Amino acid sequence: MLATDTLTLGYDGPNILDQLSITLPAGQITALIGPNGCGKSTLLRGLARLIKPKHGAVVLDGHDVQRIPTRQLATQLGILPQNPVAPEGLTVRELVAQGRYPHQRWFQQWSAADETAVRSALEITNMVELADRAVDALSGGQRQRAWIAMTLAQETDIILLDEPTTFLDLAHQVEVLQLLEQLNRQSSRTIVMVVHDLNHATRHADHVIALRAGVVQAAGAPRDVITPSLLRAVFGIEAEVIPDPRTGVPLCIPYGLCAAEPTDTLLHADAVGSRA
Amino acid sequence: MKTFPWITIRPKHARFSLRIDRRLPKVGLIVGLLVLAIMIINMGVGEYKISPLDVVKTLLGMETGDPQHVLIVRTLRLPRMLLSALVGLALGTSGALLQGLTRNPLADPSIMGINTGAGLVAVVLTILVRNFPARWIPVAAFAGALVAAGLMYVLAWRKGGDSPMRLILIGVGLSAVGSAVTTLVITIGNIYDVQRAMIWLTGSVYGRSWVDFWAFAPWVAIAVPLAWFQARQLNSLHLGEDVALGLGVNVGRQRAWILFVAVALAGASVAVAGVISFVGLIAPHVARRLVGTDHTGLVPTAGMLGALLLVASDWIGRTIAAPNEIPCGLVTAVIGVPFFLTMLYHHAKTK
Repeated sequence: MLATDTLTLGYDGPNILDQLSITLPAGQITALIGPNGCGKSTLLRGLARLIKPKHGAVVLDGHDVQRIPTRQLATQLGILPQNPVAPEGLTVRELVAQGRYPHQRWFQQWSAADETAVRSALEITNMVELADRAVDALSGGQRQRAWIAMTLAQETDIILLDEPTTFLDLAHQVEVLQLLEQLNRQSSRTIVMVVHDLNHATRHADHVIALRAGVVQAAGAPRDVITPSLLRAVFGIEAEVIPDPRTGVPLCIPYGLCAAEPTDTLLHADAVGSRA
Repeated sequence: MKTFPWITIRPKHARFSLRIDRRLPKVGLIVGLLVLAIMIINMGVGEYKISPLDVVKTLLGMETGDPQHVLIVRTLRLPRMLLSALVGLALGTSGALLQGLTRNPLADPSIMGINTGAGLVAVVLTILVRNFPARWIPVAAFAGALVAAGLMYVLAWRKGGDSPMRLILIGVGLSAVGSAVTTLVITIGNIYDVQRAMIWLTGSVYGRSWVDFWAFAPWVAIAVPLAWFQARQLNSLHLGEDVALGLGVNVGRQRAWILFVAVALAGASVAVAGVISFVGLIAPHVARRLVGTDHTGLVPTAGMLGALLLVASDWIGRTIAAPNEIPCGLVTAVIGVPFFLTMLYHHAKTK
């Protein structure tokens, strides 16, 4: 299980997250939501040890991740950063094969297990047909699937994704989210993702953590967490929340901004966390 | 379903597996044979002409009927040919490492300040220090290369992280300062010293003996295999700092280590053969065309092509204006500049 213990994160300048203690339920899909600059991407990067904590720790199954050798950690926890760029000409198959890096050594460069993992990652993500195409020649949705396949080949129980659906059109967004849901349901992988679209969070996540200015405003099942008052507090928007006609999960319909007060702090939060 | 673009050596019941780029054996064989052929031809040209067949015979220790051949081929010309191949191998390998590390296809050893640092030290010592022993110039030049690269690392990498642009800007800045000082020293030096310094600055393997060869060979024997071993890490680093970290690469340590290997190779080259530009730029670029972006194939291929380029340049330099000899560093520059401009043009167009 992945958790944080009084985690304080920041770059040069003021802290973006201060003394944050949260738990990410194992085997579930967790969505991190909040306005720009609230620290959700920073939190995700911190969870994946891409940023060193200034204070506190990220804890995986009772161990401080900073003390786990980075390669060993890479067999337990995978991260797909925002907008990764593949080198020119690299094929999908070569990219996905790189996901096997933490399982390899100089004397164990390409085991049978590596081969199986790459093949199955290509199959799950439906990339078999495109496996010999260059990543930089693919469409946005296909490219994102290729990167997810690389993360899958890593065969980690926990997968962290930073805005996996940004810059994708609607069909590709749905495709990626369904893929993540399938991964979670079929192999009970723990998935933590930063999402911008609230309705994606409510539809696909089991657990939602709402952040504002580095502070957790609410955490729990979408039904319990997503309420008009929370949306006012977190995003500074007036919104209607109704049950989704098909699934019953909360559906947000924003109507406008709130009165002055939250907007001011929103701008402030943006200024503080502009590097997040 | 097509398979993976590499040959796998994986004995049953052994915890061992090896991965070799599928295109590497063929490319390696062809380039290797070309290097060998040019070296043999090149050993026959010069003031004393020897037929390629006699060169081969002499190398194999067979009689050719001319007692001069042994001295000319085995003592005078062979070490020079071998040295030029090794210097090319080192420069090509170094260039491949640096291009992978900076994720910039226009990078080469000169952007790490290696040429500038070595050149500056060599020129200052040759011109400003009275009677500085010539045999210590390579050692001093190597030290200059290391210091310059260290300075680059501290200024551009430690804080800048994954920012190739910052690296290039600082590299250009440092090079400009270094060249300015070098020019200044050259203008105030006496003409005889300046001439000696200029010969060194152009880069040449002229008159190199077995002593030079054996001084240089260990660097290549150690650093080139190290570079090959770093190819998998380089592949991960090539995906960007965050992805590499996520894959379990110790980014800071790996980067410093690969950089050190690249600098050692280029620094040793500049020490033994002077400033030879463009080999580290061209070789990895052509290698990418031949074997693709996977560094397990790219790094060895770039090394082989570097050797080919330098051996060929030396041959051209020895024959094109015979009986005069043009330094191979000049030949690589004449080939390199148009190549570089074409690359820059295509790079700008695709961006």
